[in-house]
Amino acid sequence: MSTTLSPAPAPLFPAASRRPRAKTSPPSMKKARSAPMADRIFGWLAKGAAIFTLATLAAILVSLTISAWPAIDKYGLGFLTSTTWDPVAEEFGGLVMIYGTLMTSFIALLIAVPVSFGIALFLTELSPSWLKRPLGTAIELLAAVPSIVYGMWGLLVFSPILSTYVQQPLQAWFGDVPVLGALFSGPPVGIGILSAGIILAIMIIPFIASVMRDVFEVTPTLLKESAYGLGSTTWEVVSKVVLPYTKAGVIGGIMLGLGRAIGETMAVTFVIGNFNQLDSLSLFQAANSITSALANEFAEAGAGMHQAALMYLGLVLFFITFVVLTLSKLLLSQLKKKEGART
Amino acid sequence: MTLSFKTTIAGATTIAAATFLSAAGAQSITGAGASFPAPVYSKWAAEYNKVTGVKVNYQSVGSGAGIKQIDSKTVDFGASDMPQTDEVLKSKGQFQFPTVIGGTVPVVNIKGIAPGQMKLDGQVLGDIYLGKITKWNDPALVALNPGLPLPDAAIAPVRRADGSGTTFNFTNYLSRVHPEWKAKVGEGTAVNWPVGAGGKGNEGVAAFVSRLPNSIGYVEYSYVKQNKMTYAQMKNRDGVFVSPDDATFKAAAAGADWNKSFYQLITDQPGKDAWPISTATFILMHLKQDNPANATETFKFFTWAYKGGDQIAADLDYVPMPDSVVGAIEKVWSQVTDASGKPVALK
Repeated sequence: MSTTLSPAPAPLFPAASRRPRAKTSPPSMKKARSAPMADRIFGWLAKGAAIFTLATLAAILVSLTISAWPAIDKYGLGFLTSTTWDPVAEEFGGLVMIYGTLMTSFIALLIAVPVSFGIALFLTELSPSWLKRPLGTAIELLAAVPSIVYGMWGLLVFSPILSTYVQQPLQAWFGDVPVLGALFSGPPVGIGILSAGIILAIMIIPFIASVMRDVFEVTPTLLKESAYGLGSTTWEVVSKVVLPYTKAGVIGGIMLGLGRAIGETMAVTFVIGNFNQLDSLSLFQAANSITSALANEFAEAGAGMHQAALMYLGLVLFFITFVVLTLSKLLLSQLKKKEGART
Repeated sequence: MTLSFKTTIAGATTIAAATFLSAAGAQSITGAGASFPAPVYSKWAAEYNKVTGVKVNYQSVGSGAGIKQIDSKTVDFGASDMPQTDEVLKSKGQFQFPTVIGGTVPVVNIKGIAPGQMKLDGQVLGDIYLGKITKWNDPALVALNPGLPLPDAAIAPVRRADGSGTTFNFTNYLSRVHPEWKAKVGEGTAVNWPVGAGGKGNEGVAAFVSRLPNSIGYVEYSYVKQNKMTYAQMKNRDGVFVSPDDATFKAAAAGADWNKSFYQLITDQPGKDAWPISTATFILMHLKQDNPANATETFKFFTWAYKGGDQIAADLDYVPMPDSVVGAIEKVWSQVTDASGKPVALK
């Protein structure tokens, strides 16, 4: 689920987007006509591969819509704002899962972006050179850990720690404070929105950090050395030279991480609590996410409205990832325009 | 970075491809469905393969998916923890038969309480899962457990997050004994739980309960036994407190009239030894077989399982069907025909 729904990383990849735009139009007709047969066959194959991808995407979208149609027909857009999820009475609304997906991804980004930035900064500017390679490899290895391992670790190791050393003290200190108390309320289980968000953060840090490191590294040494030569501190070099030079790549990396967080299933299922009620906005409240609900309920969902509602949820997830991808593209093109204006 | 990405995807594809390929084979029958009996079906299949060389592939995909697969005839038999009503089966041209019996068991984690010490009944269990009883020293619990050191602590209810036959068994029992539960929540493989954290699978619930002080959950009996969990005694229909074991599951099954129909939900059965949250698990097949050879192989497999697989089932903490029921099952098998209406051979 997570691999199919996360946005394709390639177009976001900073190295590609930062390179000067390659000439994309095919060679002129005269040349094509004189080209050997093999060349033309290769051209068709390449075109076919591109069309095939698009067709698959369209087919997925169409089949999702068809299977979700009974639910779309019955609930319409009200599905997005209703919190009832009652398979017995066949009453379905997706707000709990949508909220869970967005909130956990938001918490994950909130934690992962600064940490990844720190990692990338350390690796490119501060780290002694003997440490760069092993540390960089270690962070990339984190990305290779299967998500179910994160989930089990989260459930058996992390959530007891979160419950004992974070949640219970927080509840003891702020339990009576009006707004903060509500934010930290809930059974002291260590399972819920916050733990899912933190696990997701750990999972996406290696992605964002590696991308950031890669783009920081391509900043021309000449620029950095000049800034240092003018007496800039490391922070000034990073914030005034490296970041402006690489912001497109940095945003690409963050969006890659966000896409992964939104689509993640297994790890979230273990630590989110899978609770289909939205009766408090507490960070420690057990909740549910779209992917988790799909993974849990799909196998046993009877034909009919339950299945259609799950398909509808899938469609909503598709839409969310699409919006995220589009926004990142818009942001990138906006940034590029500004860059052009400045020089 | 890109490299690690690609390797992950490539790895996943290889595994998926391997799973697909393993489904093929000459002398083989295929079934899919419920995860509850999957351990015993797999063990039976392995032993049967040793004896006869016939391969039985059982995919533990969940009861709902099992029903879908047998409806579309992609498998030789489907498996479901929820029996289908006779009308539904008739409309689909299918029949069902039970294979093994098991039970769902409430488990608790309270300091100082040993397995079997806690006593519960349907009313209290329903109230806990409705969120009406929230403390372990609630008067209703104290009344059932005089002398037990019940703490002044909040109850943390745990239940299944995924749709499952275990949940159906549990909610079906509560619906039978607790009118308010029936009205508010009802029964199903997944329900709209008013309280509680959801664990994925029996292992998820077991992990929650053993980790979480003052929690209560429900799991299949084999998990209780293997993980030595603190189970609770239940008050059955006759008012007797019973512990979950092979004998009490069997007593629950004995109360059902299997000769009349295999649509039997054996929760809250009469009998002083009957465990109230018992369940049978079922196989679904088509009455008219497009592939009679495979149907014969399927019958041969289950005939072998009923005769020689009892010990395997018992070792895995499932209760085999009583011999009288097996007779009724074979009678149903004899009504199965091929496309032309000729009876399918049983042997």
